Amino acid sequence: MATPPVAIRFDGVHLTRGTVAVLRGLTLDIRAGETVALVGRSGAGKSTILKLINRLLLPAAGEVLVESRSTSSWDPFELRRRIGYVMQEVGLFPHMSIAENIAVVPRLLGWDDGRVAARVEELLALVGLQPLEYARRRPDELSGGQRQRVGVARALAADPPVLLMDEPFGALDPVTRAEMHREFRRIQGQVQKTVVLVTHDMAEAFALATRVGVLADGVLAALDTPAAVARSRDPRVRPLLEPLLEASAAFGEDRHTGSPPTPDRDPGRDGVAP
Amino acid sequence: MTLLHFWRTHAAEFAALLGQHVMLVGISTLVAIAAGVPIGILAAKRPRAGAPIVWLANVVQTIPSLAMFGFLLPLPLVGGLGARVAIFVLILYALLPIVRTTAAGLRSVDRVLVEAGTAMGMTPRQLLRDVELPLALPSIVAGVRVAAVIGVGTATIAAAVGAGGLGEYIFRGLSMVDPTVILAGAIPSALLALTIDGALTALEHVLKTGQRRARRRAPAGLLVLAGLMVVAALTAAYALKGGQSAIRVGSKNFTEQIVLGELTAQAIEARTGLRVERRLNLGGTFICDRALRSGDIDVYVEYSGTAQTAIFHQPVDTDSRRVLENVKARYAEAGLTLLDPLGFENTFAMLVRGEDARRLGLHTISDLAAHTPGWRAGFGYEFLQRQDGYPGLARSYGLRFAAPPTAMDLSLIYRALAERQVDLIAGDATSGLIAAYGLVMLQDDRHYFPPYDAAPVARTPVLLAHPEVREALAALSGRITVADMRRMNHAVDAEHRDPADVAREFLGKDPR
Repeated sequence: MATPPVAIRFDGVHLTRGTVAVLRGLTLDIRAGETVALVGRSGAGKSTILKLINRLLLPAAGEVLVESRSTSSWDPFELRRRIGYVMQEVGLFPHMSIAENIAVVPRLLGWDDGRVAARVEELLALVGLQPLEYARRRPDELSGGQRQRVGVARALAADPPVLLMDEPFGALDPVTRAEMHREFRRIQGQVQKTVVLVTHDMAEAFALATRVGVLADGVLAALDTPAAVARSRDPRVRPLLEPLLEASAAFGEDRHTGSPPTPDRDPGRDGVAP
Repeated sequence: MTLLHFWRTHAAEFAALLGQHVMLVGISTLVAIAAGVPIGILAAKRPRAGAPIVWLANVVQTIPSLAMFGFLLPLPLVGGLGARVAIFVLILYALLPIVRTTAAGLRSVDRVLVEAGTAMGMTPRQLLRDVELPLALPSIVAGVRVAAVIGVGTATIAAAVGAGGLGEYIFRGLSMVDPTVILAGAIPSALLALTIDGALTALEHVLKTGQRRARRRAPAGLLVLAGLMVVAALTAAYALKGGQSAIRVGSKNFTEQIVLGELTAQAIEARTGLRVERRLNLGGTFICDRALRSGDIDVYVEYSGTAQTAIFHQPVDTDSRRVLENVKARYAEAGLTLLDPLGFENTFAMLVRGEDARRLGLHTISDLAAHTPGWRAGFGYEFLQRQDGYPGLARSYGLRFAAPPTAMDLSLIYRALAERQVDLIAGDATSGLIAAYGLVMLQDDRHYFPPYDAAPVARTPVLLAHPEVREALAALSGRITVADMRRMNHAVDAEHRDPADVAREFLGKDPR
């Protein structure tokens, strides 16, 4: 099978905020269809990377390329409408119905009513919400997990090739989060987007990503498959694995944190083995 | 006369005044929304550019409304008498609450939602239209509600510059000392404020919690409503302006002036058949004079001594003939004509309670000096300020008081004396309330007060264009004695009769 093309490329990207260097020459290729999780402590510049991709920020030096075009040469509005964005707080507009929230980007793109309505129905079904029951509700009538499903549907509305997720499930309780992880894998299995996901939770990264990048000191300390990252001896990576080790120890030998479908995504097996 | 009876007998007038009031508040609030929301957006988005405007709106808010009318009267375009200046003032007052709540509403929109909208590819304009403004709408409506309620109150003051509205009854009632007439204006005004407050509170509630459908249609509905009101307003403004051929008669805001205004108006109507527009009850000498000079009124009755000192700032002169000639010449320079005096003189009257006068044997102002150090005095605003008023009087007669004189509205001053809130007042020699309250007028034994012969003053071009108006005014000359005037004032003040009826009766009894 041929290697998929590069969807997003970071080429020696520098970014400072005030006097603090957030990114120091970050270089990273993300291929179409893969799910890359970026993990790091708070303030490591994870969200900054997402904002560079949809041009909420421009790099101080270096280049960010989306579909082989530098973000600085993209029309920012056109670029953003091609990139879905899911955030921890979801950010659903409280004055709009669920259907209207999902329809925002299609409407910005000038879709006609019929096409919008059909797409909303399709997306609600995709994220597991009964269209008839939920389309007319308002965000405050939904649970946290349901709101995040709508957030995912809204990000996918105009069928963007790229999906950015900023701590998407961070505000959910552990049970709901595990359920959302399963849902994410199911949906991603269907839509095959290029996904860049940011999280401080290594377990989440292992559960969802095909590749995991660890950010430290403004560069990538690691970028590899979950299994490889789990075996890393890098002192910048180890601390992020600690919580997993503790959780696993509590389970003894029999550990199942997220019912992963493939062995290399199972943090229980790969994260703990000495 | 009960309140209900008053409304029933004045139904048409009441409806017109209520309509004017609603129109004043409606138009000014709508214009303030149209200007205030964009300013509020600017203030929220570009604080540096918006801050000076918000500061200015703040300053405007602190200016008392009557003072504001005073500032604006002489200005071109916005100044002058009537609805125009009133609407302008009301707009200025309505701006601040709307600007503030718009800016506050926009600033309080959740940053996360703004980020979400931006990340989805909304342009700043789309973000404002689809996210920020809808979310700020309840806050904006709250500002509109405050502005409209303030407007209903401020609009009552607008009657002082001839803009009409329910304040007309309040001022009329004050000058007639008739609580019924005051309430006839004050109660509907309060109810109007409560109605607007309630309706907009309900709208706010619907916007905050209500159904999506109402939310989406509300802005469109408001827009349609706004359009309709602007059309209605323009029509009304056009109608109010009326034909230019009407003779506009003005008067100051006390009983005698209103009766004289009616007398003048009826005399012109009877003699000429011209349409006469009454702009009675204007807020004082200065407003009448400015209105006359700017052409907002064509004629009103002035007093020679008032013109000499208050209008032309000439030294006090006690010679009646000399004052009349001097004033006449100065009016002529300004394109105004002082006609022959009506016959009576309305000088300032130093008044005390009858019992005090009898007990202390007071006859002249000189008799007062021994008693005043233990007394309180109440004077009108004009009397306190004028060259021929209190300062000179105190000097001339060596009067001292227990406390500085209280400034009071002329309409309240007689009652204040009768009810012992003060012991001495400066009233009008022709006031009907002198007899009604059993007050005693003290003689000006040192001839301090200048002559106050009442005479119509008119715009000369109007007299040239309509010689019959001059004839009508000339026919009134020398016809009204002090006794006539006191009787007519008494009929209005004490018997609560309609000034128009009183004037009609007098003219009918005294045919020319």
